[in-house]
Amino acid sequence: MTSTLAGQDALAATPQSGATTSQASRPRRFAGRFATSTTSSGTVPLTKPAGLGLGVAMIWFSLLTLIPLIAVLVETGSHGWGAFWDTVSTAQTASALGLTVLTALGVTAINMVIGTAIAWVLVRDEFFGKRLLEVIIDIPFALPTIVAGLVLLSLYGPGSPVGINVANTRTAVFLAFLFVTLPFVVRTVQPVLAELDRDVEEAAASLGASRLTTLRLIVLPSLVPAITAGAALSFARGMSEYGALVLLSGNLPGQTEVGSVRILSYLENGDTAAAAAVATVLLLVSLAVIVALDVISRRVARRG
Amino acid sequence: MSSLEGWLAVAERSTTRYVLRVIVIVYLALLVGWPVWLVIQHTFGNGLEALRAALSDVFVVFSLKLTLAVALQAVLLNTVFGVGVSLLLARYTFPGKRALSALVDLPLSVSPVVVGLALILVYGPRDGWFGAWLHERGFEVIFSAPGMIMATAFVSLPLVIREVVPVLQERGIDEEQAAASLGATPLQSFWRITLPAIKWALVYGVVLTFARALGEFGAVKIVSGNLVGRTQTATLLVEQKYQDFAQSTAYATAFLLAAVSVACITVVTVLRKDHAGTRSTKHASASAKKRGGQ
Repeated sequence: MTSTLAGQDALAATPQSGATTSQASRPRRFAGRFATSTTSSGTVPLTKPAGLGLGVAMIWFSLLTLIPLIAVLVETGSHGWGAFWDTVSTAQTASALGLTVLTALGVTAINMVIGTAIAWVLVRDEFFGKRLLEVIIDIPFALPTIVAGLVLLSLYGPGSPVGINVANTRTAVFLAFLFVTLPFVVRTVQPVLAELDRDVEEAAASLGASRLTTLRLIVLPSLVPAITAGAALSFARGMSEYGALVLLSGNLPGQTEVGSVRILSYLENGDTAAAAAVATVLLLVSLAVIVALDVISRRVARRG
Repeated sequence: MSSLEGWLAVAERSTTRYVLRVIVIVYLALLVGWPVWLVIQHTFGNGLEALRAALSDVFVVFSLKLTLAVALQAVLLNTVFGVGVSLLLARYTFPGKRALSALVDLPLSVSPVVVGLALILVYGPRDGWFGAWLHERGFEVIFSAPGMIMATAFVSLPLVIREVVPVLQERGIDEEQAAASLGATPLQSFWRITLPAIKWALVYGVVLTFARALGEFGAVKIVSGNLVGRTQTATLLVEQKYQDFAQSTAYATAFLLAAVSVACITVVTVLRKDHAGTRSTKHASASAKKRGGQ
């Protein structure tokens, strides 16, 4: 986010800089990072009051977030590599972690396709009730996760009006992940698609490119960073989901139990070390996602 | 291109459009729309009876009040912290800035269960890093209000920052510098220039934080101890009532929570749309000027 003045001049020289700026007015809950590449003025070195503010903010941030998260890593580290490996390789925990990773990956793959399609419909299509779709996409983000589980149970649980009951199966885990991760790809792709220069597509079409060629060579390449960023967020969210599964998946050991549920049951049995070991696995995945997002947004910023 | 071919191309284009539209609508209806509608039906199956019964349960009322109190305090903390950090990130250069801007996003991708565990390890009364010391001095964090507020603040930490930082960066510091050169104190320039500029972004951020705070479940479940009538928030009550087969109370409470959260998000969407119009025209002209200058 620290763009130098020279960098800004280079960005301002490309026609897209205007697009990057106005993009910030679109829904950008998850796309904020893409809008931060241009600034109209530079930044200044810390003044005294600002330095004091930074100190206070860092103390609170450390007390609330950094020290507790480091405590998880330290707790795991203090019991050694052997204890860590013993915990994560027990059949029940390994199965839970495997299910979590595989389901999160599967859901993310689906979101990359359907999320892009939804974003396309929201940006390029026009029909009665489109605003309702906008609200529907935000519902999984707004809904308390425990309520999300309850909501899915009403259609896919024991009392289903269409007779589908997936409660306490792996399908339920998949469904819950699909529900809570719905907004991420849509909301990262949507603003980028909205800012895409349609002239280029029309030029391609007028030069005889088929719709598929235009899509493949012109539209998709510019969407790839946004789709990747959305996918990373969606994967991280899936990996860490807990609330939506509580009522829906039954948390059956070896079958529908996921990583965060393992942490909770270790904790309830007083085995803090084991809980911390599983938490470390989830934390490292989150960290990897944050780093990946940072790299992607930097690459986007460089391209202007 | 003959007129027939042209017509076919148009027909093909609109067919793809309709197919895609139908797929998207059906997908969203099956995943979100229909299930949400069913919950509303469950809640109002007997008119307002379920809602009235739930609201006459003292534990339901207590949990709703507790949720509101915890959420409001977490929102207050995150608003102050969020505006401060946003100003620092957008206005100043300092060592470690890149790390800070990446780290503030971390809470969004950490599992709520890990958040709960992390807070217990540091603030737990028996062998927490600081918790034991605080416990000796009679200050309880875990299994009481401070821990619940911290857990809630943790999970919703970046939401204000993510809204405010892009707006601050777009506007730059010219106006504040002009104000300073004319003799305005930093406080004056914050109230008269910075705050009006970030007003809408701040409103979005605060509303999103509030919605997220109302719905927090996993982290609060761990740090609160889930004591009925003492530290049981509304989301925890929904779980317990559902598992105790008090389904109509569970659905009614869930509906109340969901209604507030969805109302928040809808307000944000509407505000954003109304406001986006005025802002994007301003930017369009600004960027046109920039382009014209080259």
